Amino acid sequence: MAQQGLRGKSLVHIQDLSLPDIEHVLDVADKMVPAAEGKQRVTSAQGRLLATLFFEPSTRTRLSFEAAMARLGGQSLGFSEPKTSSAAKGETLADTVRVTSQYADVIVVRHPQEGAARLAQRFSRVPVINAGDGAGQHPTQTLLDLFTIRREKGPIGQQRVALVGDLKYGRTVHSLAQGLARFGTEMVLVAPPTLQMPRDQVEDLKHAGARVTLATRLEEVVGSADVLYVTRIQKERFPDLEEYRKVAGTYTVDAELLAQAKRSAIVLHPLPRVGEIDPEVDSTQHAKYFQQAFYGVPVRMAILSLILGLGE
Amino acid sequence: MRELKVQPIRNGTVIDHIAPGMALKVLHVLRIPQEGMTSTVTAAINVPSKEMGRKDIVKVEDRELDPHEVDKISLIAPRASINIIREYEVAEKHLVHLPDMVEGIVRCSNPNCITNQAEPVLSAFKVTSKDPPRLQCGYCDRLITDIAAQLR
Repeated sequence: MAQQGLRGKSLVHIQDLSLPDIEHVLDVADKMVPAAEGKQRVTSAQGRLLATLFFEPSTRTRLSFEAAMARLGGQSLGFSEPKTSSAAKGETLADTVRVTSQYADVIVVRHPQEGAARLAQRFSRVPVINAGDGAGQHPTQTLLDLFTIRREKGPIGQQRVALVGDLKYGRTVHSLAQGLARFGTEMVLVAPPTLQMPRDQVEDLKHAGARVTLATRLEEVVGSADVLYVTRIQKERFPDLEEYRKVAGTYTVDAELLAQAKRSAIVLHPLPRVGEIDPEVDSTQHAKYFQQAFYGVPVRMAILSLILGLGE
Repeated sequence: MRELKVQPIRNGTVIDHIAPGMALKVLHVLRIPQEGMTSTVTAAINVPSKEMGRKDIVKVEDRELDPHEVDKISLIAPRASINIIREYEVAEKHLVHLPDMVEGIVRCSNPNCITNQAEPVLSAFKVTSKDPPRLQCGYCDRLITDIAAQLR
């Protein structure tokens, strides 16, 4: 049973979850939506504590975890940047985790170094949830992306999803693509050649059951996509600023572009956005990125609930 | 004259068929020389070989190396053979076998990997391919292809 699959376990990598596990998280998240909206009172996590260890700031992720724990009736403690933690005194992550895992029932870790969550899992006496480790994994983001697609569009495997932007370095798209591949989803990878997804990763997606095509121009893809998943192209990746401006401008989603899109197509973005989506899109029926941000709460409620074995 | 260059040993271990130029790295992997070790060790580099053209050979006298320890050299010398010598005769011969997991000997090539920080853990890798040897970091998932460059 999938629920027993998650109880007492850590969530470090999206590949830690089987397809039934993922579907079960999404099913439970569906039931959590009214409580996440504040329309229903849940007390299943009463007396339970979540420790949020944020070694780098990420306000959105931390607040949505804390909101999720509070909406389940539990409480949170923790720090939001290393300056206010013992890491500033030179303590190892291993020791911080060994100590704090004695104060809480579950730990959420955000860390600037890759592999940090795996290490935390080794030293923790309670389950660890990875809330992003460097350029590595961020599995709860993937789950909320999948949830948004299912909730707003229906069966994940029946969508044509265009992943747009920095597909080479962007960690969000790598783990989302791995998640979509599990459902056999059709993917179009839209990026300039210099920022296209590495070939071995594309091969992995195909092996996992996805139908994958590559494209460079958004205009070619927009008419046939059910989901446009837009990511930020990071300026610091480009040695030449002029080169960056050229590429960044190519992938601006605006009302003019969306005029060619299906009426039912949705636009998603992990946020923060920096010019990839024109604010004029916000008021169209396509814009679902703020809804997506909200879904972080019911999805994290589902994850906490399943890991803590709270029942539904 | 060639046989005098690399003399036979009476007792000990001979590691043969090491790719040319890798002998010192093999010693490094075997943690030779260790403190307190008194065995005579010979490393022969670029020895003519019918099979390989050139090869390296390592001989450790008066010591039979533990096969599990020796298996680690398959990371850099996947075709090496190990000969245990007793009274000038080859008493045992086997090929190196790369284990499924490798701990500690290799550092992760990702400078931002948590195992490259001051944390109380050994590096740990899954072996994703045995010949050529390929490793994947068990912490950050980085694939290591140039293993020799990452030996500690």
